[in-house]
Order: sequence, then C-alpha cells, then structure tokens
Amino acid sequence: MSTASSLHHSRKRKNSVMMVLCVVAAGIGLAWLALILGALIYKGLSGLSLAVFTEMTPPPGDAGGLLNAIYGSVVMTVIGVVVGTPIGVLAGTYMAEYGRFSRLTTIVRFINDILLSAPSIIIGLFVYELMVRPMGHFSAIAGAVALAILVIPVVVRTTEDMLNLVPNALREAGTAIGAPRWVVIRSVAYRAALSGIVTGILLSIARISGETAPLLFTALNNQFWSSNLNAPMASLPVTIFQFALSPYEEWQQLAWTGALIITLTVLGLSIFARSLTGRREDR
Amino acid sequence: MTIVSEATPSSDSMRSRDATVRRFALTDTVFRESTRFSAILVLLILGGVAISLFAGSWEALSKFGFSFLTTESWNPVTENFGALSPIYGTIVTSGIAILIAVPIGIGIAVFLTELCPRPLRRPIGIAVELLAGIPSIIYGIWGLFVFAPFLQTTIQPFIINLFHDVPGLSSLFAGPPYGIGLLTSSLILAIMVLPFITSITKDVFDTVPAVLKESAYGIGCTTWEVTRRVVIPYTRVGIMGGVMLGLGRALGETMAVTFVIGNAHRISASLFAPATTISATIANEFTEADGSLYTSSLVALGLILFVITFIILAIARYMLMRIDARTGA
Repeated sequence: MSTASSLHHSRKRKNSVMMVLCVVAAGIGLAWLALILGALIYKGLSGLSLAVFTEMTPPPGDAGGLLNAIYGSVVMTVIGVVVGTPIGVLAGTYMAEYGRFSRLTTIVRFINDILLSAPSIIIGLFVYELMVRPMGHFSAIAGAVALAILVIPVVVRTTEDMLNLVPNALREAGTAIGAPRWVVIRSVAYRAALSGIVTGILLSIARISGETAPLLFTALNNQFWSSNLNAPMASLPVTIFQFALSPYEEWQQLAWTGALIITLTVLGLSIFARSLTGRREDR
Repeated sequence: MTIVSEATPSSDSMRSRDATVRRFALTDTVFRESTRFSAILVLLILGGVAISLFAGSWEALSKFGFSFLTTESWNPVTENFGALSPIYGTIVTSGIAILIAVPIGIGIAVFLTELCPRPLRRPIGIAVELLAGIPSIIYGIWGLFVFAPFLQTTIQPFIINLFHDVPGLSSLFAGPPYGIGLLTSSLILAIMVLPFITSITKDVFDTVPAVLKESAYGIGCTTWEVTRRVVIPYTRVGIMGGVMLGLGRALGETMAVTFVIGNAHRISASLFAPATTISATIANEFTEADGSLYTSSLVALGLILFVITFIILAIARYMLMRIDARTGA
C-alpha cells in the first residue's frame, strides 16, 4: 500500500515538475518577444521624428533621416512582388489545377519547399553571378530580382494550398455550364481562394521587406537619393546594417529607428495577413 | 454570365460556334502552358543557383582542391583560403542553438496543446510565431547592443569564474568575456529557430488521435506520461522534421550572426571566443573582396552552405511528407 502510494506521489511530482517546465518554456518564448520589442521601442522611439522620413541619410557625425533608404526599400520590394507574384501564382495554379497528380508537381513541391527555407544569402550570390557580374556593376534591379526569387516560393506554397481547398464541386459546376478550364480557374477557383492567395502575397512582402543578405551584393547601398534602377540603391535593412556597425552615435540612433520602422511594418503585415484567413497558419 | 451565353449554342451559325470553341481551346492551351512554364521555372531557379555557385567557385576549387575543406588559414594577402573555420563555426553555433531550442520548443508545444486555457491558445501561438516574423537584422542589432553587453558584464564573467578550476570546462569557457562570440551567436540562433520548431511540433501534436491520448488518460496516466509515452513517440518523425527545418534555418542564418560572431577566422576551444560562420564570412567580406580568387573562394563557401542546407532541408521535407501521408493531410 505504501509503495503504491509513494509511486503515485513520485509520478504526480514528476508530472508537476515537467508541466511547470513547460509553462516556463512558454514564458521564455514570450519573454524574448517582449525583450526584443521593448528594446526596439525604447531605443528606436527616441529617434523617431519627421526628419527620419523627409531627410537623406547623413554623412558621419551629422543629423539626417532615412528617406532614400525607405524609398529604395519600397521600390525594390514593389518590383520584387510585381515580378515574383504572377510567377508564383501561375506555378501554384499548375500544381493545384492542371497537374495536381502529375510527377512534375511532386518534384516542384519538394524543390519549392527547399527554396522556401534556403538561406537568402545564397540567393544573393546567385543573383550576383547572374546579373551583377555580367553587367559589371551593382544595381537596384538586381536587388529586386533577388527579392522576387524570395517571393516566388512563398506565393507558390500558399496558392497551391489555397486552391487545393476549393471544393471540386465548384469546378465541376463551372465545367458543366460549358466554361473552359481557364475560365473556371479564373472565375471560380481564384475567386474562392482569393483571401488565401492575398495572404500569401502579404506574407511574402513581410518576408522580403526585412531581408538584408540578398541585397548586400546586388543592390549594394547608396548614400544619396537615386531612382535609377540601373545603379546601386539604398535600402532600409542594408542601411541599418551599415549604420549599426559604425562608431557614430547619430548613425546608430538612425539604425535603431530604422529597425523599429521595419519591425512594425513586418509585424503589422503578418498580423493583418493572418487575420485575413482566420485559423490557417503558415508553416 | 458572359461565359454562359458564349458557350451555349444559340441561333448563331455553326461556323461562329466552331470559332469560339477554337478560341477557347487556344486560350486554354496558352494558360495551361504558362502555368506549367512557371512551375518549371521554380526548378530552373534551384538549378540555376546550383550551376552559378559551381561556376563561380570553380577557380577556388580547382586551385585548392579538397584541401579547401580542411585548411583553417584564411589569408586575403597571400591569397590562401581554407573553409575549415567557417564550417566549424556554422556547425557549432547551429548545433548548440538546436540543443537549446528543441527542449524549449517542445515544452511550448506541450503547453499550448495540453495546459493552456483555450482562449489564450491562439494569442500565445501567434506571439511565438511573431518571433519568426522579426527580420534577422533586428535580432542582430538587438544582439549586438543589448544582449552581448548583458552577457559580457554578467553571465560570462560568472561562468568563467565558476569553471576556471574545472579541467575541460575551463578551456570551453575560457575568457576574456568579449560578449560577442560563438555562444552569443548560438543563443540568438536558438531564439530565431524556436518558433519554427514550436509551430511544427504543435501542428504534429494536433495530429495525434484523441482516442490514443484518452486511452492513456483512461488507465491513469499523468499528462507528462501521456506526452512522453504516447504523443512524442507517435509524432517522432514530424518532430524530427521540424528540428531539421530549424537546423536548416540556423545553418543559413546570416545577418543576426554577422553582428555578434566577431568574424575571426580561427578555431578556438572556448565558446566565448570570436569566430565566424560561412554566411557571416560572405556577408562581411564579399563586397570588399578584391581579386577573383578571393571572390571565388567566398562563392565556394556559399556552395558548401548550399549543399549542407539542401541535404538537411531535403531530409526535413521527406520526414514531414511522411507524417502528412500518414494523417492524410
């Protein structure tokens, strides 16, 4: 009787210890998020002013803003999304509609999942070899292409997943009234999966707007205002990288402020994207 | 609505009907082929990455041969390059990061699936996933200005004093406390891969049939025993897939590590010493590399990283595909 009860107690105790550890683990996860956001707000907010959005990046030791960096980020992100999204949506369409059971789809899905988690610096090297070396100079367009390559796998993945969720009965109904396949896809399947596909695009924007590594040796950086796509262009992440590692206090402050701007943008986008699809989670 | 009227035979002659059908067939072919081309483009991108990295690293690989992998020296002045210390740094930082992140990630997944009150589940799950959304440069700047100084002034001196008499551990934790270095990078990487491991572990935990867990509870098992003896064995393959995915992320992570690793091309026993990783070396030195052999050696580092992560991620996807096939998801 006593051994049975001591076994009972030791099992209970072990259970309590492990469960407390699990709660602690969750606490650690939340604490890191709070610590990082706290530091960002504390250090970044003090430098946030109108000048950040209206003035160019300053020379060392001077006051200034981040206007050219923000502009460069927006330009390259927009081009990246505009180039990458159609390719991603079309590829996802092939996988879910025309070739749902084909061998090609299985292979593309596997390769796409690998591209999805591939180190972004590798993509930077690829675009360097593909565009920068043949052209002979760094350029904003090379940076945009690198970002587009990062957009494609995210959009392919969500488009395929979302089209797979569209009930076949809807497609059959479209076909039954004589609509050709592409009309069914365009007017029925896309329409039913629209919010999911938009979520994928938003998540891809969230991902590339913070990417630094693929821009380092494609778009490089630019101390001045430039809207020439064929020349090096500043971007917010690369500017943060350069300024944070500099010894000048004004630059470090601007780096923190830029970091705060990027984080708020990215987190805002991903929360908005998630709210569009409700319970669905992105792996 | 226009679809219906166009596709339905009307009083029009058969000729216009034929033309419409032909036009539909043509558009459909064009659309189908453009989707197929896009799908093939995904393959071409990966193929292009492999070919361009191989071509770019050819000069370095043909000059140094296999010794590129086994040489520690990295000297831009004498143009003698070896990848051993970046490879060592990459593997050690990612390994330690995984060792830290896996128990915490599984703990959070257990918390979310078994313990957490239902209304809190989704907010906490999202909060942990937001960690995954924070760009890596943010982890870098935070690590350099907040985390590293904290480690340098408090934790590291304490650990160095604690172990300085213990053989083995004293060289593992040898000073001076720089703040930046291998261990700091590992800790930052652990935070970064935590959400990936947590989210996949939670997903595979949700695939365990309720009846299995209920039968275990029914014979009097505690929550921990159910987790340890039923849930984890059932989802082993999926958890391994998540861990591999996290490992793939950690191996290729660039910006956060570049800030806090110290960029020193040498292998030292101490975890507090500055070191370098493959991606940090590329990020730090690529734009400053003069001479084609230097650039080529950096691309060769990229090729090594690509091969390692490709293998790890392929294993991860294979494992996750197996658990997907089993649950029919």
